[in-house]
Amino acid sequence: MDPLLLAVYILIFPGFLFLLTYAFFLQYLDRKIAARMQQRVGPPLLQPFADFIKMLGKEVIDPAGVDRVAFDAAPLIAFAAVMTSFLYIPVVGKSPFAFQGDLVLVLYLLTLPTIALFLLGWFSRNIFATVGGVRAVTMLFIYEVPFFLALLMPALMAGSWSISEIAAWQMEHTWFAILQPIGLVVGLIGLQAKLERQPFDIPEAETELVAGPWTELTGRRLALMHLTMHVMLVAGSGLIAALFLGGPLLPWTISPAWLSGIVGFALFLGKTLAILLVLASIKVATGRIRIDQLNDIGWKYLASATILQVAIVLIMGSWWVSG
Amino acid sequence: MVETILPIGPQHPALKEPVNFKVIVDGETIVGLELDVSYTHRGIEKAAEQRDFIRVVPLLERVCGICSHAHAQAFCTGIEEVMQLEVPPRAQYIRTIVAELERMHSHILWLGVAAHEVGFNTLFMWTWRDRETTQDILEEMTGNRMNYGINEVGGVRRDLTAGQISSILSRLPKLEEQIGKYVGMVKGEETMLLRFRGIGKLSKAEALKYGTVGPTARASGVDYDIRRDDPYIAYSEIPWKVVTDTNGDVYGRTLVRIRELQESLGIIRYCLEHLPEGPIGVQAPKVAPKAEIFSRYEAPRGELVHFMRTNGTDRVERLDIRTPTLANWTSVTVSLVNQHIADIPVIVAAIDPCLSCTSRITILNEQGREKARMTLEQLSEYGRKYSRERGRC
Repeated sequence: MDPLLLAVYILIFPGFLFLLTYAFFLQYLDRKIAARMQQRVGPPLLQPFADFIKMLGKEVIDPAGVDRVAFDAAPLIAFAAVMTSFLYIPVVGKSPFAFQGDLVLVLYLLTLPTIALFLLGWFSRNIFATVGGVRAVTMLFIYEVPFFLALLMPALMAGSWSISEIAAWQMEHTWFAILQPIGLVVGLIGLQAKLERQPFDIPEAETELVAGPWTELTGRRLALMHLTMHVMLVAGSGLIAALFLGGPLLPWTISPAWLSGIVGFALFLGKTLAILLVLASIKVATGRIRIDQLNDIGWKYLASATILQVAIVLIMGSWWVSG
Repeated sequence: MVETILPIGPQHPALKEPVNFKVIVDGETIVGLELDVSYTHRGIEKAAEQRDFIRVVPLLERVCGICSHAHAQAFCTGIEEVMQLEVPPRAQYIRTIVAELERMHSHILWLGVAAHEVGFNTLFMWTWRDRETTQDILEEMTGNRMNYGINEVGGVRRDLTAGQISSILSRLPKLEEQIGKYVGMVKGEETMLLRFRGIGKLSKAEALKYGTVGPTARASGVDYDIRRDDPYIAYSEIPWKVVTDTNGDVYGRTLVRIRELQESLGIIRYCLEHLPEGPIGVQAPKVAPKAEIFSRYEAPRGELVHFMRTNGTDRVERLDIRTPTLANWTSVTVSLVNQHIADIPVIVAAIDPCLSCTSRITILNEQGREKARMTLEQLSEYGRKYSRERGRC
């Protein structure tokens, strides 16, 4: 690919500029949907963006005894990680950066914000932040294994470690949502937990821990961490859309190429919005569960369901090969 | 693991009013609790001694924002007994309607707060929307959404017109339907059940031992309600049932409050349909004879007690208010032990604490007898000194 085009891809579309715009838009939509379901008015369109700008301008307060460099770096690393992860997710067609193993890279990059949150909580020297950080990392150990297993199953069946190729495989056969429905459900639950949304907002439980690891974050650090979460919502739903719902690809070719691009983009938007709607509904319909209850549910049900899915995939795979 | 002290309050998002818990935790489990409730001393008891019976009622309404009618009514009932006034039945019925509307708005508010404490904001929003119905009715009846100002010694200050009665009656079915929805949500919503069931257990013996009152006691199976056991205003004439539950946990307290909502709705409907004709008050004498009286009232949160001593003048010589929250506090320290950090907010919220109403000051000597009084200057100086010393350690 032309270097100029690559630069455009990374910086403008569907890279950073589009990503940030879409992240703010999804955030607006998420808040608006939740508000309407709860019989509230909800925010205006530009509210998430306005919040971001406002927080950037606020004073940055260093808690006493905090390692400033680490405290500044953690949100930046988390933000950089999720921004990078989006480059490998197919938006208008296959991603130009796709390679064998980008699925593993994306999963790794999407884990970094949780680690950053844990570190922030630990660095804060504040009891609420510390407890929240420990909860964040405890929760990571609960949902991450089923989440990874569920998201790696499409790779196993498609015989490729590249997200774009997995999406393309589904065009020749059928959506993994149909082949692996348990994996899709576990993936959505895992994403909800990753984003720390209800019922998994355990680390930042407002009424218990003030804001958990976020307690001592101020100004641009807080703005960046919020933005990280917004972007992670886009990257996560884009990932699920690509792995289970065929991403932006179509089973038949459309000419000319630009029309095919537009249709693919529309598919990406439609699928991520549908995933957002599911996530928002979960958020509105549940309260917060306790960390020990999540432990029970996670290991008893989520993990067993995923193992079951793995077994099914392996059996289907051998049947596929022999058949 | 090492035991850590988790300070909650006096400023904390879970708290609506200042209180300080020092929760001693081992990992996520609570092993002990220290409690400091007195942050907002307002000197209302002292102020009440300096106002005559007409001006003291509005003051007492301001003891608590939510049970404002409860305090005014408890005081009026007591003083009317001292003066041996025969209050007309129409006034008593109107007082009962306001009292039950107050109970309803308090319980609906509580349900929303409890849902918010476990992060279930949808129920929080929905209940607070429906609470507006009771607030609208109260505003239509009394002119105010809070601190209704409808009571005075000898009767009520505003009558109900036929138009108001039919307007209130027409709004009740919608409210009843919504309350029915909450029953379904509380009994069927899985995350709420996970967070409410088996949390903050209090056995019947413990509930009696720690002197709990109101829904907290009734949820532990203590069959005790002042409205039935020592009836005041119009309760002896109205058919209704005391709600009890045997769960003894937060879930039980929720069920008791929701079913009390349904009972209250029945009482309001009965009162509106059977409102007696007649005057709404009698002229009360300016002075009350020398007496000591103990007035009990079933506030939304439990038994409220006003003790008053009159001395033949137009004001009380001593007024002592024991709010239901004070009676329930000790049970919280017991029901919190061995629970998780995550359950602190909901267990505390389950007694529906109203903290600023509980703050009292007594200066004791070594023998435990009251020894001195403080002026306002001394009190604020003491407060500053106390905060400074606490800040250092």
